Amino acid sequence: MSSALINVPARAKRGEIIAIKTLISHLMETGFRYDSTGVLVPRNIITDFVCTYNGEEIFRAGFFPAIAANPFMIFYTVATESGTIVFQWAGDNGYSESASAKIVVE
Amino acid sequence: MNVQVSLSRWLALTASLMGVLVIANPTLSAEIASADRRSDYEFMRRDTQAMQDDDAANPGMLWVLEGETLWNARAGEANKSCADCHGDARVSMKGIASVYPSFDDKREKLVDLEARINICRTDHQNAKPLPFESKELLALMAYVARQSNGMPIKSNTDVRLKPHINAGQRMFYGRQGQLNLSCAQCHEDNWGKQLAGNKVPQGHPTGYPIYRLEWQNLGSLQRRLRTCLSGMRAQPYEYGSVELIELELYLMWRARGMTMDTPAVRP
Amino acid sequence: MSKHDNETTRREVLIGASCVASGLVLPALVTIRRSEATPATMAAAIRKVVGDAKVKTGKVKLEMPPLVENGNTVQFTVSVDSPMTASDHVKAIYVFNEKNPQPNIISIHLGPRAGRAIVTSRCRLADSEKVIAIAEMSDGSFWSDHVDVLVTIAACVEDGIP
Repeated sequence: MSSALINVPARAKRGEIIAIKTLISHLMETGFRYDSTGVLVPRNIITDFVCTYNGEEIFRAGFFPAIAANPFMIFYTVATESGTIVFQWAGDNGYSESASAKIVVE
Repeated sequence: MNVQVSLSRWLALTASLMGVLVIANPTLSAEIASADRRSDYEFMRRDTQAMQDDDAANPGMLWVLEGETLWNARAGEANKSCADCHGDARVSMKGIASVYPSFDDKREKLVDLEARINICRTDHQNAKPLPFESKELLALMAYVARQSNGMPIKSNTDVRLKPHINAGQRMFYGRQGQLNLSCAQCHEDNWGKQLAGNKVPQGHPTGYPIYRLEWQNLGSLQRRLRTCLSGMRAQPYEYGSVELIELELYLMWRARGMTMDTPAVRP
Repeated sequence: MSKHDNETTRREVLIGASCVASGLVLPALVTIRRSEATPATMAAAIRKVVGDAKVKTGKVKLEMPPLVENGNTVQFTVSVDSPMTASDHVKAIYVFNEKNPQPNIISIHLGPRAGRAIVTSRCRLADSEKVIAIAEMSDGSFWSDHVDVLVTIAACVEDGIP
């Protein structure tokens, strides 16, 4: 399943504040639902989201079962320099996913 | 040979006459006037509409992206990808979803888009058909349907479709289930009015496959029709059944000329 | 059959349908467990983050639709009034609810590099409830905003069979 949809502007001016949008495919099973036989469906969620910009952490979020399926985030960062913005998700059952986007800052 | 041709032509003629009779039946609710037809999008709240408007925020786009990957992936014993026969989907699949369901010549039956995808898989890729509502099938449907985004739903004039359109129309207007309710009673007679927390839409298929908030997942029109039917306390037809495809066909005919907005987000 | 008879029949049927739709007495295949969170649970979750500090109202704006289309996906935005400089910025944003099985929704950590303390995400809401956003500033102060959200169920509730 194509995991992530990232939206980062390809270019920005130095010092400009840019919006970053991320959409990751994940069921975010809450752990509060029961299946047809009455058995609790175990929790299976993304718990951590970290964003780094040329290696430096610029944003971090902890997700709980209340975060909707296919977690979506919009957050901001200052375009400081050209480079790579890396996104990492980690969660239950050893879940780990990452994506990246390049940005040119002039 | 001559007798067979005459017979099929006679049947077609009778079917189209029956079609005219059914449509002219005065006890049926009137079809929504062309000027009043609106996409189900217009009955949603602003924030749900905003989810659909932005490709970066529309969860349905995750399946479109996955579909693009699958389109280019080799599959089956033939070890062929969709692209090997169809090339760039942006060219070859443009407008395709807007003419489905359609009549499959080889199998001489009505098929919808997902049936057509599986026909390609079995006949040309020598691969197993993808299960209904599987991630892969939905992804391919989403990717193909996306190539018709913004295009009008075609009015399919294939005469072989007429009896199927009429069958779908009969289902749409016929009362059924424990509530003795017909689709038309809500979607033709009472669209725009409130039912629980949502506005009743007209029930057009312009957005399929849709990311439905209730499912927290992408799903097909067949799935939506099955849930409508169980919501009406009627027996849902099986996936892939001719009844569901006829209903899909009728809904597409009913929405002819309307613009496709896929993958849509719906409550 | 007179026009009046038709209208009565339709009205009765629709009332019946909406009763079923809103009654939620359906043999669901995947049932939701009854909510366990309470205002007290939420207060405890907030105390875990805030400690003994006083949470002031202001500076924070929590935007959520007052009436949601479907509780499975509710988009929210938290904006905090802050210059986001090294000496004066938002360190963290926490969002809580009072009726879901669990009181936490999200916890966010940011800093001056954010430029703007504005975050958007999507949550699930099990019932009509109060949602609270709390911002932790670099000077150790806490500020909050809340929204009372009405959650109704989607029409024609299905019984979980795909």
